[in-house]
Amino acid sequence: MSPDDLLYTKEHEWLRIADNGGTVGITDHAQKELGDIVYVELPKTGTKFNSGETFGSVESVKAVSELYIPVSGEVIEVNEDLGSAPENINEDPYGTGWMIRIRLLNKSETEDLMSAEEYDEYTSEGK
Amino acid sequence: MHKALGARLIPFSGWEMPVEYSGIAKEHTAVRTAAGLFDVSHMGEFEIRGREALNLIQFVTTNDARRLIDGQAQYSAMAYPHGTVVDDLLIYRHRADHFMLVVNAANIRKDFEWIASHNRCDATIDDISDDVTLLALQGPKAIEILQTLTNVRLSEIEYYHFVAGKVLDVDAILSRTGYTGEDGFELYFSQKHSEPVWNGILQAGSPYGLLPAGLGARNTLRLEARMLLYGNDMDGTTTLLEAGLGSIVKFEKEEFIGRDALLKQRQEGVKRRLVGFEMVGREIARDHYPVFLDGQEAGHVTSGAPSITLKKNIGLAYLPAERAAIGIRFHVLVRSKMSEAKAVRTPFYKRTGGSV
Repeated sequence: MSPDDLLYTKEHEWLRIADNGGTVGITDHAQKELGDIVYVELPKTGTKFNSGETFGSVESVKAVSELYIPVSGEVIEVNEDLGSAPENINEDPYGTGWMIRIRLLNKSETEDLMSAEEYDEYTSEGK
Repeated sequence: MHKALGARLIPFSGWEMPVEYSGIAKEHTAVRTAAGLFDVSHMGEFEIRGREALNLIQFVTTNDARRLIDGQAQYSAMAYPHGTVVDDLLIYRHRADHFMLVVNAANIRKDFEWIASHNRCDATIDDISDDVTLLALQGPKAIEILQTLTNVRLSEIEYYHFVAGKVLDVDAILSRTGYTGEDGFELYFSQKHSEPVWNGILQAGSPYGLLPAGLGARNTLRLEARMLLYGNDMDGTTTLLEAGLGSIVKFEKEEFIGRDALLKQRQEGVKRRLVGFEMVGREIARDHYPVFLDGQEAGHVTSGAPSITLKKNIGLAYLPAERAAIGIRFHVLVRSKMSEAKAVRTPFYKRTGGSV
């Protein structure tokens, strides 16, 4: 069900690897759990995070959820469109709902992430 | 039946309750512009009968139920002797010796025992909560939709009045009340008929834009209309006067529980007051976030959410009474960030037009 060209975290973020960079967003499962998203708080470009650190938050009508970076990275681009159109995360979580692009600081960390198959199995267990 | 509609369910006071069906924002907007149908059967209903029924109600509630006529409903509350809130409720007068009380789900047992313990005469009190389905059809199109399903002339029912009649051939109480800030009806009927009535209303309403709506939208709608939620905005630690519910405390009626304490508080002035606020920036204040005034923690957000109608982030919080004025600025700690808020006039949303 989840796109098989992405890697996934237990906290329901996805990572798309291309060349030396990576794009990060939240999964379709996560956006459905959150419901209507009304606000996203994202970091500034240039900020560095260690794997698993909070890089922002996403707020729906009913709840707020922290965003955790899948691997260590430096933010090189932020999806500014989400400021005025946070609903893109609901409508197109793997496309226009992307959140940040990062330069990976330690590529070997991607080995700790889940494949699409593993992630789907993980979410089917009710997590 | 709700699962069939894709509802997301949460446990609530022993019920599996739908939080949302098609999405809180969509359901909320449907209620403001067309109509929404809520299953709020978790609410509690008590019947009070007998010659002493009114005297008992007058003693345990703060509003003046003697003013009710047959077929009229009243928003009221029960107070503890020291003035804090046992529960808020609706009182329906069927006849001079037959009333129905509608109470919050989480308080059914507590309220029943409270009322029974003050039944000094011999009124009959029955908890009929398990037998009653309560559906709320709310929104500007509610009256048109319901009119296709009943012979009762709905336009003749005034706000906070009700009649007994048939809806889809099922005996029901049709009450022009609600918890959304819109016109609409609440329907009480036997739980045996829950499914056909729920499905029948949805079907009749779909050409009008009716959507099934869950507890999520119910909460955002009632907050915009500044309708208080027991357990959040008032409870056993806050008084009706602090919560801004002085209009349902009638000191001039006969003795009632809490009267002396509330009268004393009115004379001395309340120390804190529930105010409505909006966030100045884009942060969202949520239930229980701490509130700071002049750098000092002054309380917490009792209800906070994005306002879907107003596209602002709104909430309610208790502030020290001497500072609780429209326009005052304070801060809400939104996770780790001190975020500015300002007190505003409430209700945040008030419907325009309409006959009620």
